[in-house]
Amino acid sequence: MTQPGDAILQLRGVNKSFGAVQVLHGVDLSIYPGQVTALVGDNGAGKSTLVKCVAGIYGIDAGEYLFEGNPVQVHGPRDAAALGIEIVYQDLALCDNLDIVQNMFLGREPKSGIVLDEAQMEIKARDTLASLSVRTVSSVRQLVASLSGGQRQTVAIAKSVLWNSKVVMLDEPTAALGVAQTRQVLDLVRRLADNGLGVLLISHNMNDVKEVSDRITALYLGRVAADIPAADVTSREIVELITSGRSERHGLAPAITQESA
Amino acid sequence: MTSPKDDVGQEIAKDNAEVGAVDGGVIGVVSDVEARAAFAGDAAGPVSVGQYWEQYRNKLRAGDVGSLPALLGLLVLIVVFTIAAPSTFLTTFNFANLLTQAGSICVLAMGIGFVLLLGHIDLSAGVIGGVGAGVMAMLMLKQGLPWYAAVLVALLVGVVMGLFTGVLVSAVGIPSFVVTLATFLAYQGVLLWIIGTGGTVAITDATILKISNGNMPVLFGWIVVIGSIAAYAAINLLVYQRRRSADLVVTPLPVILLRIGVIAVLLLGATFLLSQNRAKGNVVLEGIPWIAPLVGLLLVIWTFVQNRTAFGRHVYAVGGNAEAARRAGIRVGYITIACFVISSAMAVISGIIAASRLNSVTPDAGAGNTLLYAVAAAVIGGTSLFGGKGKARDAIIGGLVIAVIDNGLGLLGLQAYIKYIVTGLVLLLAASVDAISRRKRASAGR
Repeated sequence: MTQPGDAILQLRGVNKSFGAVQVLHGVDLSIYPGQVTALVGDNGAGKSTLVKCVAGIYGIDAGEYLFEGNPVQVHGPRDAAALGIEIVYQDLALCDNLDIVQNMFLGREPKSGIVLDEAQMEIKARDTLASLSVRTVSSVRQLVASLSGGQRQTVAIAKSVLWNSKVVMLDEPTAALGVAQTRQVLDLVRRLADNGLGVLLISHNMNDVKEVSDRITALYLGRVAADIPAADVTSREIVELITSGRSERHGLAPAITQESA
Repeated sequence: MTSPKDDVGQEIAKDNAEVGAVDGGVIGVVSDVEARAAFAGDAAGPVSVGQYWEQYRNKLRAGDVGSLPALLGLLVLIVVFTIAAPSTFLTTFNFANLLTQAGSICVLAMGIGFVLLLGHIDLSAGVIGGVGAGVMAMLMLKQGLPWYAAVLVALLVGVVMGLFTGVLVSAVGIPSFVVTLATFLAYQGVLLWIIGTGGTVAITDATILKISNGNMPVLFGWIVVIGSIAAYAAINLLVYQRRRSADLVVTPLPVILLRIGVIAVLLLGATFLLSQNRAKGNVVLEGIPWIAPLVGLLLVIWTFVQNRTAFGRHVYAVGGNAEAARRAGIRVGYITIACFVISSAMAVISGIIAASRLNSVTPDAGAGNTLLYAVAAAVIGGTSLFGGKGKARDAIIGGLVIAVIDNGLGLLGLQAYIKYIVTGLVLLLAASVDAISRRKRASAGR
């Protein structure tokens, strides 16, 4: 169904070390437009490091970084943003004392002269939220402090798609949410992909992963244990991949898992 | 390589005249009227006065009280002092005097407000004002510089002092409390050094003296006041009309009209009182003190900066959540430095106003309770000590409260110790209101 060439963002053989500790070993990662790729792995498997490499927060030691098939140099978060890569952080980078519109445009406010263009911001924010079928907030001029956890996550995600972004990476978007709110956020994640974006979802929750993702990339101690269509694996197999790097049908060769362990 | 959906989205964006300014991007574009329907609150169209009142009451109940306690307090204080000192407090002479007294406090508080918005504190602002005034006075006295050149140099000195504090706080990472406590001490030494051991420097320049001692010609005062009210009304109504036609969230028209009405009545009433001859002897003393339009102008400038510019928005963002601001690409260090520069420059203006009122600069200018009064003014007016909340007008309301207390207690002929105790207690009260309303806001999720 998907060929490697279709990937909007692709990492090939990425190595990353912090001093003597090598965190990523020849990692390949592909994100496809219109698909949700889940990145799973235990604590310390290198998920956050990998995402930070994609985001340009860390430089990569070796390997290739391809965007829309072309090799690119990403030296900082601004470079990543310029390519159309957005990240929704786990601890929601929102300001409680500002309203939804103000938060969504924070740092990139449109201006007419030196004055903020409030009208354009309000209309565009409303359009974006509506196009994501967000109907849980009463007014786009509500303070973010008055929103529930799910609504805040929604605003954070909507903020990330406001900028013609092509790839959205979400770090544990449902970690702190209740059942109904998790539902909302997962629907939204699905809708992002249906709108043609490449989505990378980092999650610990097997139900979430199975439910929304098209592909699953499992990391085990800094190596890619498996990169497979979600339909091909069961939850139990994913857990095995996370905990031991291999399951019956997929995973790293036994020699590698033993050497790494 | 864009997805087909993307292209379709762009096409729609181009075709849809209604959202002409909006670049739909990856997400398919919906017309705004449709989008509006997605939000229950916005879909209902402009809120009625009743709904607005309901929203406001909810806001108050949730602990978001703004300047309301200060306004009520001001009213209570005026009533109390009118009863306690009927022959002296509520006179046009004292009214003008009160404005002059409040002037330097308000200006200092407005500047410190920017630092408080970030959640920092500037303990040295008062002394910076003293140094600025000292520099200005010495330049005029010793170098014979004209007043505007001396004021300009003093402002530059203020900017440099602000840069110094800002860099120490943001780049070196010393808590602002410690940095400004240190500069508070050091700048007192600097002022002593500038002025010399001789004591006081007299100010003789007519223009500088006029700031706190002169009055506007009556007719000119009326023109300025009526012009300001007309401009305020015009801008508000124009913005309302524009937002209304673009289907944006608006404040109900009656509320806007009421706001304009109240401001018009207050300003016209004050102008009427100040246009009477308030001298007791044969000399004529009438007109609005020059300090009032000066403070008013600064209020308009800083309100504009806070509400309408990206810089102002970023100041609130840094005060609300510095980490979020950093991730949004805002240069937090730059904002911090800029706020300390604003605070210091405003402190210099405040110092010059105070010097004009005393006709001199003393070696202890800006020390003592100057700074405490200003911080108290900002906090009483509704600026939060925790950052992220506050407006320029808070400084004016709070400054008036402090000036009324200072002035009223003085008129009652009470001993000095009572004044200190009362002012201290009022500051504590205001800080408690701030802390409690913050707790309430947190529990009400605001």
